[in-house]
Amino acid sequence: MQTAKKGDWVQIHQIVLKAGERAPQVPEDTQAVPLELWVKGILQQDAAIGDSVIITTVTGRTVTGELTAVNPGYTHNYGSYVPELLKIDTQLKDILYGGSK
Amino acid sequence: MTNKDLSYSAVMSRKNEIMKKAIGIDYSAFESGGIAFDYEKMMKEAGYSLEEIQKIQESVSVGNTPLIELKNITALLRKLAPEGKGARIFIKDEACNPSGSFKARRAATAVYHAKKLGYKGVVTATSGNYGAAVASQAAMQGLKCIVVQECYDSSMTGQPEILEKQRACEAYGAEVVQLTVGPELFYTFLCLLEDTGYFNASLYTPFGIAGVETLGYELAMQCKSKLGKFPEAVLITHAGGGNLTGTARGLLKAGAESTKVVGASVDLSGLHMASDKAFNRKSFTTGHTGFGIPFATWPDRADVPRNAARPLRYMDRYVLVTQGEVFYMTEALAVLEGLERGPAGNTSLTAAFSIAQEMDKDQIIVVQETEYTGAGKHPLPQLNFAKANGIELKFGNPNTEVPGTNIILPEHPSMIKAKDFDLMKAKVSYVKNCIANNSVSCVSKQDLEFIALETKLDVETVTNILNELHIAIK
Repeated sequence: MQTAKKGDWVQIHQIVLKAGERAPQVPEDTQAVPLELWVKGILQQDAAIGDSVIITTVTGRTVTGELTAVNPGYTHNYGSYVPELLKIDTQLKDILYGGSK
Repeated sequence: MTNKDLSYSAVMSRKNEIMKKAIGIDYSAFESGGIAFDYEKMMKEAGYSLEEIQKIQESVSVGNTPLIELKNITALLRKLAPEGKGARIFIKDEACNPSGSFKARRAATAVYHAKKLGYKGVVTATSGNYGAAVASQAAMQGLKCIVVQECYDSSMTGQPEILEKQRACEAYGAEVVQLTVGPELFYTFLCLLEDTGYFNASLYTPFGIAGVETLGYELAMQCKSKLGKFPEAVLITHAGGGNLTGTARGLLKAGAESTKVVGASVDLSGLHMASDKAFNRKSFTTGHTGFGIPFATWPDRADVPRNAARPLRYMDRYVLVTQGEVFYMTEALAVLEGLERGPAGNTSLTAAFSIAQEMDKDQIIVVQETEYTGAGKHPLPQLNFAKANGIELKFGNPNTEVPGTNIILPEHPSMIKAKDFDLMKAKVSYVKNCIANNSVSCVSKQDLEFIALETKLDVETVTNILNELHIAIK
């Protein structure tokens, strides 16, 4: 079980609305799942992942929720090369420059 | 902390009270009691003049972005166009703004206004570039900032484009509140406004929209000084309507009255915007029909009582392009022009590539924005994400693209064709919404004139539409 210390930068999770309590205009598939929220801040007590904790956000708000991550990072990236793009590049240059070197 | 009832129904019932406190505008001053309200009075009294906006934006290094001629893309489209056709395309490089998009213009005025009124911070509900813009401007002007994003589906899988904007907002020092799919984001937004007492930096306030007027004004003046005339057409990526409204108003203020205002959106028809399952089956999170059509046909669905973005007042033509076409043109902008920019901002470029081929060689098209690019906001991650979500990627005729099922990259650039969306259909839909949302069976003469302005139609045409809907004019 991963633990976190008071003062750590963490992310917490809340259920804002339970499935079945969603707004009436929401489509069926969304009605079947809860409205969830994540926010980051500084942990106010030692805790383990999954514990209910209190954080202070960068704007100074106090928020309670379930501890989900310590030092939450960014995992989005460029990923693998998409070879279709090379085909576009080559085609564009061929049309415009007639394939000349 | 508040001791108020924070249940969904209780907070929603306090909506008007919360909004009034958070925006500092008494919208009732512009109401007529009917369908009509005084739009120009609202823009004048609650907004800022062009000169004031220019000063505000200059003080935070926003605007005055370069206008770049896309010579190679123009040469390419002339190879595909009929003899004598092929307008010159210029692009307004809005990625040069501090937060990397034209949204800095909107944010600069919103944050300036919040500071002037004495608010300690700003809250904004957006998954788009506007969040980063508000965060950047709040940092510059010394206010606190909270950005509320619709970001994930129920498996906590996020759109790469939105995850990148989360990172950008946090890089500018903002607090980011992330939610799963659903319009109840508005409830969380209201709770935050009430709890913090911060300003609602809505996209749709008079000062936000006035912030975009400088974009239209600048590009008109740049064309005039560089080319000796105003452009024949300006292509504008259309989502919530603010980009189009502000730019068009700026063009008019510059005197470019005969310049055609063309809106362009990515066609995402068939994908429900509030669907958990459909959320990650799209590759564009803005600039698409899921916002473009609802906001054009009913602007007052926004987070303010009266939306200052009213695109049907200004739009001369509305065209749709496909996701595959926009990815193709994003690649063209990078490899032919040396400008690596984000895909969503290239929606209008894609439409311009097609429309320029209908226009004469001596005519000018301005594509009025670019946006920054980076991990997440780039064809590579967006196409990888699509593939991971079971979307088929292949070459073919973009006509056959089915949003949420496949992305069709054009087999050849000659297949890139902007498709006209019937604006009359949108206008009739707007009139129907006026009737339904105001629950009226007849309209006043004042309402009739208002609807004519709202739809850029003459009174006679509006009268005919109302007659067909069996609505009397009294």
